[in-house]
Amino acid sequence: MTLPMMPLSGDPPRSRFLGAALILIVLALALAPFLFPGAKPLNVAAKICIFIALAASYDLLLGYTGVVSFAHTMFYGIGSYGIAIALYSLGARWDAIGLGLLVALPLAALLALVIGLFSLRVQTIFFAMITLAVASAFAVLASQLSWLTGGEDGRSFRVPELLRPGTSFGNLFGIEVTGRTLTYYIVFVCCVLLLLLLLRIVNSPFGRVLQAIRENPFRAEALGYRTVFHRTYANVIAAAVAAAVGALNALWLRYTGPDTSLSFNIMLDILLIVVIGGMGTMYGAIVGGTLYVLAQNYLQALMGTVSAAAGDAGIPILPQLFHPDRWLLWLGVLFILSVYFFPTGVVGKLRGGPS
Amino acid sequence: MSQLLTLSGVETHIGRYHILHGVELAVSEGKTTMLLGRNGAGKTTTLRTIMGLWRASNGEIRFAGVRIDTLGTPDIARAGIGYVPETMAVFSDLTVKENLVLAAREGAMDQTRLDWVFGFFPPLKKFWLSRAGTLSGGQKQMLSFARAFIEERKLLLIDEPTKGLAPAIIGALIDCLKEVKRRGATILLVEQNFRVAQEIGDTVSVMDNGRVVHSGTMAELARDDALQHRLLGLSLDTHQ
Amino acid sequence: MSAQDIDAGAALPKTPRDYLPLLLPVALALAALPFIPSSSTWVTLTIAGLAMGMMIFVMASGLTLIFGLMDVLNFGHGAFIAIGAYMATLVLIPLAGWMQADSVWLNLAAIVPAALFAIVVTGALGLAFERIVIMPVYGQHLKQILITMGGMIVAEQILYAFFGPQQIPLPLPTSLRGSFQFGEAAVEKYRVVAVLVGLAVFLAMLLILNRTKIGLLIRAGVENTEMVEALGYRITRLFVGVFMAGSALAGLGGVMWGLYREQVNAAMGAELMVLVFIVVIIGGLGSVTGCFIGALLVALATNYAGFLMPKAALITDILLMVVILLWRPRGLYPVTSR
Repeated sequence: MTLPMMPLSGDPPRSRFLGAALILIVLALALAPFLFPGAKPLNVAAKICIFIALAASYDLLLGYTGVVSFAHTMFYGIGSYGIAIALYSLGARWDAIGLGLLVALPLAALLALVIGLFSLRVQTIFFAMITLAVASAFAVLASQLSWLTGGEDGRSFRVPELLRPGTSFGNLFGIEVTGRTLTYYIVFVCCVLLLLLLLRIVNSPFGRVLQAIRENPFRAEALGYRTVFHRTYANVIAAAVAAAVGALNALWLRYTGPDTSLSFNIMLDILLIVVIGGMGTMYGAIVGGTLYVLAQNYLQALMGTVSAAAGDAGIPILPQLFHPDRWLLWLGVLFILSVYFFPTGVVGKLRGGPS
Repeated sequence: MSQLLTLSGVETHIGRYHILHGVELAVSEGKTTMLLGRNGAGKTTTLRTIMGLWRASNGEIRFAGVRIDTLGTPDIARAGIGYVPETMAVFSDLTVKENLVLAAREGAMDQTRLDWVFGFFPPLKKFWLSRAGTLSGGQKQMLSFARAFIEERKLLLIDEPTKGLAPAIIGALIDCLKEVKRRGATILLVEQNFRVAQEIGDTVSVMDNGRVVHSGTMAELARDDALQHRLLGLSLDTHQ
Repeated sequence: MSAQDIDAGAALPKTPRDYLPLLLPVALALAALPFIPSSSTWVTLTIAGLAMGMMIFVMASGLTLIFGLMDVLNFGHGAFIAIGAYMATLVLIPLAGWMQADSVWLNLAAIVPAALFAIVVTGALGLAFERIVIMPVYGQHLKQILITMGGMIVAEQILYAFFGPQQIPLPLPTSLRGSFQFGEAAVEKYRVVAVLVGLAVFLAMLLILNRTKIGLLIRAGVENTEMVEALGYRITRLFVGVFMAGSALAGLGGVMWGLYREQVNAAMGAELMVLVFIVVIIGGLGSVTGCFIGALLVALATNYAGFLMPKAALITDILLMVVILLWRPRGLYPVTSR
């Protein structure tokens, strides 16, 4: 393998446009505090990093293993709540963060293991429905155990001093470097590492077996691969990564609540990202995540303008259809169209593959 | 003697697998043609392709002169072809009666015909209102047969009916087939049991690797041990 | 050897029809009895459970049949539930006067057309949905799940766009308000009606499935579509009809649920789908009777748990599902051969 290929585990973008887009995205994210100063853009950048990593972990399940799970945000939530509860109860200390991770990651993995072993013997459809039910139950539980989780209001907490916005490290290129900047880079670097880890996994022999199982489970079984074991293992890895991303999210927001970590909307978001970006490509998560978060934040304003214009022009129903709150409507339409016409997603299109 | 069913150059792909590589087969009207061959030679695939359950990717299948490879399974069945699959495929949740009602399709079942069926397969009468899932393997096979015979069909496709059955039941099936033959039916029969093959078969086609590698009369094949060995890998006599 | 010898001792003993699951709801109700302080509370909870179970059965029965016969899982089934409820409001709100009138006949004159309207609209939408969205992805489970999920999102958003995000109140008609008193136990009138409607739907489905040719085709098709075609039936034509019927049933269930909760909102479909899925899994995909039993079990369990341990209601349903799957991995009455 040539030197540039090694970190990418031999799985290059394979398209000039895609490669250029990826470099652009990574650079923009890496230099975000300096290129886009201000709280809101940094928030968007952090959200992009997080969603990319989360979607990538989901792609491992959906795209590479062919398993539809609706419980992914549950693991994300476990990571978030782990950090939140630890920092809330023990105070703003680094070892609290460590403890939170130490509890949340294995918990997520264990839960994934149990669900996997129980449900992955059955068809795709059973598994999808069961994960939906389990995730719903978990969300209800989280909002009801308010003594632990803060219920509907969630948990706000303080982060260690180094990470606080008040802490200043001086100026760099005219921009003030604060604890927030440091936190951002922690988030960014961890997400990059997680992504590279996932690339490694999907390009390993294990990853190839997963793809074989996705293509034809019976054949894979006949060839001697224990599909239940592999699927469960993929489930566990995906869950652990999701939990880690959840922890990062909590650290960034300094808050965890049902709406930021367990809501079904997040599940839909990453489902949309992976499908529109391109299933089974990993890079689809990067491209899709970026497009999605940017659109969510900046396109809604555009929709608002269209809606207002339609309203002024007196056209019926269009104002409601284009109302910024109806953001999900158009995303849903795009999603359906993607499944039909672009099953390989944006990445597939860029690579010039069959659509 | 007209050829009721002809296959020319039929190829079938299942997913990425190329199963049939150009099958040439002819079934004469009123005769019983045996389709023999090793496991995996493509016999079941051939029957399923004729029945439209799998689409032929190339070639032509003609029934009574009309092309059927482009038709859907229901239309192929309505053209007068009955199918007894290898898996028997009786509807377990339905009673014996309901299975046959379904098979009789249009009208009520002809009582004379039904009595004739009961004559060969008394358990069907005994378990008339029992769910087909509670029948034994042999009885299910009887039901599967009965479904094919409950109405007059021009052609019968039968896939390994005697597999795993007790000799007594095989005897009943053979009697039934002989009677059906006597009434002039045309049969294409996949069978590994040589006794059955010999008693019923008029002509033989042997398949290997998705092709028909030999066609001829039954008598000819039964006489020629060397030919048997070459085509089937072992003498048919030991195929008991 | 003559033909007569064949059947001697050759049959397995005729296994009796599998009645055990039918006893489960009764067993559950009886098991809850010692835990509930007063018998009148138990009666109220049990009736509430039965009513809720019937409504969920109506919603879920369509889904299980559609999956059993067509091998299609419509994750967007919940959209029909919500749409049915909203369609009912379109009729009931203008007719609010009749609803509030103190006459059973005027009340019915409002409700029945509302229900019929909901059924017709959801049935028609089901037809469109099946032909346009689902037909292209027959046999591809993954795409079906994704597309129908997308359809649900879009439908919910369209409902928001047309009707607004707030809940729409749907008060019960006057003749159905209030309860019957049986000693100490108060039984809500509407719940009794719901149970009757649910039973009627169940019996009608059983009749159709067991006494008509179409029902015969559906039952056979659920087991083995190929063989039904090999017998000469163009069963795919039946698919559309079954899908329409299933969607219409979901619409009816939505109307019943909307009245039950006395309010309608666009998210109700998605919320109910979790319960519907649990019920369908418990019952066994493709089995109407299994769905019926499953719905009763889930509803009873939810109501008892809701009283005894309010925070654990949904978990109880999951546990119920787990227990049943451990006993019968393919559900109470596995009908399909898949």
